[in-house]
Amino acid sequence: MNAQIALILGQDGITNGAIYALLALSILLVFTVTRVLFIPQGEFVAFGALTMAAIQAGRPVLLVWLLLAFALAEAAADLIARAKRPGRARGLWRIAAKVIYPLVIAALLYKLPLAQLPMAVQALLTLLLVVPMGPQLYRLFYQPIASASTLVLLIVSIAVHLALVGLGLLAFGAEGARTAPFSDASLALGPININSQALWVVAVSAVLIVVLYQFFERSMYGKALRAAAFNRLGARLMGISPIFAGRATFFLAALIGTVSGILIAPITTMYFDSGFMVSLKGFVGAIIGGLVSYPLAAAGAILVGLIEAFSSFWASAYKEIIVFTLIIPVLLWRSLKSHHVEEEDE
Amino acid sequence: MLSKKLPLAAAAAVAALFALPALAQVKVGVVTSSTGPTALVGIPQKNTVPLLPKKIGDLTVEYISLDDASDSTNSVTAFKKLISEQNVDALIGPSGSPNAMGVIQFAAEAGVPMLAPVGTAAVVLPMNEQKKWVFKTTQNDDIIARALVDHMVKTGIKTVGFIGLNDPYGENWSKVFTALATEKGIKVTANERYLRFDSSVTGQALKILAAKPDAVLVAAPGAASVLPQTTLFDQGYKGKFYQTHGAALPDFLKLGGKKVEGTVLAASLMLVLPEMPDSNPSKKVATDYIAAYEKLNGSKPATFGANVYDAGLLLEKAVPLAEKAGKPGTKEFRSALRDALEQTKELVGTQGVYNMSAADHSGFDDRGRELITVKDGNWTLVK
Repeated sequence: MNAQIALILGQDGITNGAIYALLALSILLVFTVTRVLFIPQGEFVAFGALTMAAIQAGRPVLLVWLLLAFALAEAAADLIARAKRPGRARGLWRIAAKVIYPLVIAALLYKLPLAQLPMAVQALLTLLLVVPMGPQLYRLFYQPIASASTLVLLIVSIAVHLALVGLGLLAFGAEGARTAPFSDASLALGPININSQALWVVAVSAVLIVVLYQFFERSMYGKALRAAAFNRLGARLMGISPIFAGRATFFLAALIGTVSGILIAPITTMYFDSGFMVSLKGFVGAIIGGLVSYPLAAAGAILVGLIEAFSSFWASAYKEIIVFTLIIPVLLWRSLKSHHVEEEDE
Repeated sequence: MLSKKLPLAAAAAVAALFALPALAQVKVGVVTSSTGPTALVGIPQKNTVPLLPKKIGDLTVEYISLDDASDSTNSVTAFKKLISEQNVDALIGPSGSPNAMGVIQFAAEAGVPMLAPVGTAAVVLPMNEQKKWVFKTTQNDDIIARALVDHMVKTGIKTVGFIGLNDPYGENWSKVFTALATEKGIKVTANERYLRFDSSVTGQALKILAAKPDAVLVAAPGAASVLPQTTLFDQGYKGKFYQTHGAALPDFLKLGGKKVEGTVLAASLMLVLPEMPDSNPSKKVATDYIAAYEKLNGSKPATFGANVYDAGLLLEKAVPLAEKAGKPGTKEFRSALRDALEQTKELVGTQGVYNMSAADHSGFDDRGRELITVKDGNWTLVK
């Protein structure tokens, strides 16, 4: 081990850590606002990466039919809810729009010369296709049981995760894929070469984190979400709809997941089931932050990335064990530090 | 209504008339992983089932195909179901190596011969009372490894870095390859592990680079074999790359692109079929299989499908011998079927020639593999 190797490993760890940090933040966000431990977060990473790869290969993306199926189910659920509470005339156009949207995306995917499009447009198409699934998942699986216990929500999360992995296999096939890098250049910095894709990852992650911070600190919507996270009942009394808060959070989570997927697809081969491991490492980061603190979660996730990189050098066979064992001292420290609170409300 | 029913009844009567003397039927259970992480292997295997022989001598063969979703527990359930409910005479499958390891004892307890189209040699080695019932329709790792080591010796390679998956596949390759290489005076200077879904193998690659080996061997099945090689390539490694037969897939070329040019691997002749001389006995069998598969499924089969096809060929040869010992569905038949499989001699399969013996239940020799390299984005035979 010399300085050069340490630098390369550090760069590698920070690149991966940046992705884990994004995922840690969105897991934290979803948990605080809706009390859902969002295990399918990783699927958005895989879907984003694989959709991008499918678009670059010029293959129409089968995932759009899943989007349509979700939209139809959502429209049906909305119509039933309307029938139960008659008297509101408006809203029909909204339901119609929900169904028309996936059809428009499908038409775009099947008509456009996908492989020849500029990369930014390909990425935009990927986002347009994958991100709406976040709110859809919330509407279909979590909204009906929003007041259930954390355990029930967790069980539903696991079920949704397993179902999405299966659907991912169906849509993308068993083999992995990778995409073209955003740019080919590499930067010589002292003794090491920095891959420009790594810079993209770190830069985009940093920008996203700053934008999220601004959104939560400055904007009305962000403040509303924070209020819902802090005290659901109180927020509701203040006129903040928990349904809106849920949908918005899931939208953000899906957006972050898909962006992460698009970012790492050129660096590594993604499989239909590789999202889980990535999000699990984000989860470890979120745990380090105690599932409450955003900056601690982000720092924890970067730490996970660094530990992963260095342990892959020293003891590659035990890498995963080292990374996941990290959680034990953290939990111990947390349990020693915090006072035991008697069962509160509920 | 009568007009509709009449031909049906007539057909049934005729069928019954002809079927009566040949009612005896062999039942074969097939378990593949057509869903889940091993689906890449399992799908071509499942698609091959309709191509297996439907009639052997006077006997009709019925195939009962189940999916284990790549889950070892499901493989066991499927095997138990086939054995106790369907009373099968032989089993083909499962697709995954760990799955196969888990079901051996159940096949052996019931005394049903099992034809495993899996990679790991551990299903038939070391031979014992249970593995006696297992036959393996793929090349053992050591046959492939020997071809690679021979090539290394010939091209003057003295040191090799090894990087393999952190699972039985990588572990077994590390063991087999290290032993063979040491025997020939080649030193394994780095031995690293990684996971299929790792997003980066930079650490391992640096360790290998630091050891400065003449060549690197990557041991991983499927697309996972690409990442270590591209990472090393990007970090400026200039030595020779070797891959195992697990990399012998179109995806390896697609994902690797220019970075895998010149890689050497030993694998089934199916990859370079047009280049094979007609004198090679397997060429015709393999060509026929590929043509039939393409006609049925509209796509080219991966080599994994051929391993199930070979199981059919083995049964075709063994069932007539077993029939002499007893009727299908009886214990005598199954045990005789096992004995007959063990006596298979010079049977030409899609990927080589089988010569089974009590000690060797895989039966391939050097005709079971070819040295192949990547040239201009295609597989070519090493001349």
